Amino acid sequence: MDGIHDMGGMDGFGPIPIEQNEPVFHAPWEGRVWALNTALGAWGKWNIDAGRYTLEQLDPALYLSSSYYQRWLYRTENMLVDHDMVSRSELETPPEERRVTAEREPLPLDEILVRQHKTRSARVHEDIPAAFQAGDRVRARNIHPTGHTRIPRYVRGRVGVIDRDHGVFIFPDTHAVFAGDKPQHLYSVRFTARELWGPDADPGDKIYVDMWDDYLEVP
Amino acid sequence: MPDHALHSHLSDTELRVRALESLLADKGLVDPTALDAIVDTYENKVGPRNGARVVARAWVDEDFRQWLLRDGTAAIDSLGYVSTQGADIVVLENTATVHNMTVCTLCSCYPWAVLGLPPAWYKSFAYRARAVKDPRGVLAEFGQVIPAELEVRVWDSTAEVRYMVLPQQPPGTEALSEDALADLVTRNAMIGTERLGQDRGRG
Repeated sequence: MDGIHDMGGMDGFGPIPIEQNEPVFHAPWEGRVWALNTALGAWGKWNIDAGRYTLEQLDPALYLSSSYYQRWLYRTENMLVDHDMVSRSELETPPEERRVTAEREPLPLDEILVRQHKTRSARVHEDIPAAFQAGDRVRARNIHPTGHTRIPRYVRGRVGVIDRDHGVFIFPDTHAVFAGDKPQHLYSVRFTARELWGPDADPGDKIYVDMWDDYLEVP
Repeated sequence: MPDHALHSHLSDTELRVRALESLLADKGLVDPTALDAIVDTYENKVGPRNGARVVARAWVDEDFRQWLLRDGTAAIDSLGYVSTQGADIVVLENTATVHNMTVCTLCSCYPWAVLGLPPAWYKSFAYRARAVKDPRGVLAEFGQVIPAELEVRVWDSTAEVRYMVLPQQPPGTEALSEDALADLVTRNAMIGTERLGQDRGRG
């Protein structure tokens, strides 16, 4: 989707907010949101691409006005509801008025870690032919999928060169909506800064973007 | 203490997180002690020190350096820094003529296994938006002056491959031990917003 999350090349966000001696979490609740995300992910009801897609579907005004871990909080709530793990009314009922009984035993830490380890790589060990090889010129297709996608707007229609073939990986556009892994080759594609940003860009600088076969065509 | 007094210092977000955690615990969906352990791991055990050890090893061991650049995932796994997410790691070598810098314009992908959780600036809209279009301007905000003849390569992590920069070893440090070398390696140098041995920059 051509959403607010696709930020590469935008202006107007001000200077980089660099902070000295930054803590890992700025408040305890951030750590709880982080850990909830990990622990809930281990139930296997969703995957990383579905999680990103849920985040991208937050209202753009909310996305921009929320902190990183606030966005994660809203995303987690939405995924829990989407996957029937909690209901919207349970989320909205004050804790002291809630009548909830345990439906299952929570996963212990070691089980969470085992399950996390199993899904840690998106690499697929299948022998699938590659459409391109290192050195090939390619064009990022001018496509505008309305669902989840990882082809940023700023490369669409632009011509680059395959820098390397990373191997076969799960395709996020289908994986995000539980429509299959659709495994295919993933490449790092090298663009000149001038191809992407025009004649005012530095003549030597390069931008590398990871893209799957389905995002690319022969120019 | 009345409830409103107990909660008067808590933000709406904090209350919302507490309510969610208690709901999930009541339903048997999470074990709060498991959450404690997950927080502790990322606050205290996983962090840029891991990546600094990888870099220091590469500086003292040429075979390891070549392995790291050829197959970052296996070389890093061999040191015991196994990722929970985005397990496939590609290491990018800075040289006298090339400076590498990493970003995730679409979200905030980051090599957790070697660097821990990303700093807020890495997740900021400003960095995500500008790193690919004006990398030299961004680097200048970090106090880094990149000579015109140096090629800047920006790597946008749009997939499940994670990137880590292998900084150049600062001159005059050849006699240092591996541990002492690891102390020289900053998180920002491994993201690519600092060149070691230059002005240390900020953040």
